[in-house]
Amino acid sequence: MTGLPLTRHARPDRRPHSLAEWRALGGYDAVAAARAMAPAAVVDMVAAAALNGRGGAGFPAATKWRFMPAPGTTPGDGPSYLIVNGDEMEPGAFKDRLFLEALPHQLIEGAIIAAHAMHVTEAIVLVRDAYRTGIAAMETAIAEAEAAGLLGGLHMRVHGSAGRYIVGEETALIEALEGKRAVPRKRPPFPAQSGLWGRPTTVNNVETIANAPVILAGGADAFRALSRTGEGGTKLFGISGRVHRPQLIEAPMGTTARELIDRCGGVSGSGVLRAFQPGGGASGFLGPEHLDVPLDFGHVAAAGSMFGTGTMIVLDDSACPIGVVARHMRFYARESCGWCTPCREGLPWAARILDALEAGTARATDLDVLRMTAAEGSPRGRSFCDLMGGAMQSLGSALARFGDLFDDHLAHGCTIGARH
Amino acid sequence: MSLPEPLAADIRHAVASHAPGVGAGSDGNADPRGAVLEALRLVQHAEGWVSDYRVADIAALLGMTTAEIDNLATFYSHIFRRRVGKRLIMLCDGASCYLNGADALRDAVQARLGIGFGETTPDGEFTLLNVCCVGGCDRAPAAVTGRDRRLCGPLAPGDLDALLADAE
Repeated sequence: MTGLPLTRHARPDRRPHSLAEWRALGGYDAVAAARAMAPAAVVDMVAAAALNGRGGAGFPAATKWRFMPAPGTTPGDGPSYLIVNGDEMEPGAFKDRLFLEALPHQLIEGAIIAAHAMHVTEAIVLVRDAYRTGIAAMETAIAEAEAAGLLGGLHMRVHGSAGRYIVGEETALIEALEGKRAVPRKRPPFPAQSGLWGRPTTVNNVETIANAPVILAGGADAFRALSRTGEGGTKLFGISGRVHRPQLIEAPMGTTARELIDRCGGVSGSGVLRAFQPGGGASGFLGPEHLDVPLDFGHVAAAGSMFGTGTMIVLDDSACPIGVVARHMRFYARESCGWCTPCREGLPWAARILDALEAGTARATDLDVLRMTAAEGSPRGRSFCDLMGGAMQSLGSALARFGDLFDDHLAHGCTIGARH
Repeated sequence: MSLPEPLAADIRHAVASHAPGVGAGSDGNADPRGAVLEALRLVQHAEGWVSDYRVADIAALLGMTTAEIDNLATFYSHIFRRRVGKRLIMLCDGASCYLNGADALRDAVQARLGIGFGETTPDGEFTLLNVCCVGGCDRAPAAVTGRDRRLCGPLAPGDLDALLADAE
């Protein structure tokens, strides 16, 4: 870990800080600063900091916060909600785990600041079931903060999820919290109008919320200046796959893949980069020609992929990219909620064809089916949520980039595998 | 056998603490559904899995139907509707693990235990499951084991003894 502000207090062994230790590091000073400001001024500061949401879509955080209605303007009485989304399950993504396990008080600070900015009285941290260490660390830290009177009027609790990737989709997450099957909701109404239990709700990614104290402590200008591009702050990048030292690296927004891979000891396996997915399993493959693209939401989109969660999967040229896509497709097929047909039927179909390609039993027409599925399934609006589109982005870019390998698999099955 | 009272009490407590609007600004519209996953988890924690009888018990306690409970219990992958072994081994089958030897690890574990994914050894000791990316991509190939979901990795096929021992 580095001295950059987002994760500088994280211990290498991820042991979380006690409240006393956290306060000795200046903890909760940012909360005091926020409470000394009018809520609208806090939102303006986050807007000036140019903080884009870190959950995948990169939507400006302050704009999302402004969707929340002012108190007294919604019909009926009742709370409004902030949900901190810690359901991280995207293939290749392992960044939010660090905040939950090692920096629980930073997340609580962020939640208090966001709640103050949006007049929210109830905060729920939703954590995936497999992160039991993170759940325990958050529960301990919340109890400490509550006992010390630091939460003020905010009620905060942890809700453990029970598996299924689709729970991370913001409206599916709301359904899950209401004790229903996690199927995404149609929008509008948006969660800020009608979210959890029909009340105004904002869902923010863990890393987004962890950035709020950084902004409040250092100011908007300093936060923007952390970045090399127009998108503010640093990013917790997660680099995995074929690199010598897979790891989390906090670096300025706009850092290049070349620099990150170098810091991981370079490409492993053959040592020759074939491709990388810059933003998790649902992002399109980029190639060696993209090593110097500044990694942020805008630049990666312009390069034809998606920055997503900023968690990069690296492939050398001794690893089979079709094997990677086959595993992605099995994952998305398994994790689809099954609500809409393209996703429920299309993903297993694509997964079966990719398995057949690996086994050498695919037919020539199967490639046409894959191409059609990728083309028809990619555009937004063809399915209820973005699970299908994300899965198809990885498949479509693989078809475009690795066409020769698909033909080769058709003739011989997989002769590459995942050997080192 | 009906739901033991301490477990029922825990579930009622979960309902109370997970109701919406607890505290300031409460609208009083407590809906016990909000605690249904917690109820399933409490039962599973106490008994290892969720039987048909417990589905019915939870339904009765929360004022829901058994179909609603089963619909949820079978949707979420970490709720078990079949008896599982004393020790759980969940191998990640995500891309980062694949790139670092997950297939060889899977083959070694399956050969050692003599079971496939979703199966339990005949002595009831081990259950083997494949799971989504477990957030351990920097430790690929990774697994989570045991009731408290400990993260293990990176795992070579030669680490099997340690993996099995850790699965308590």
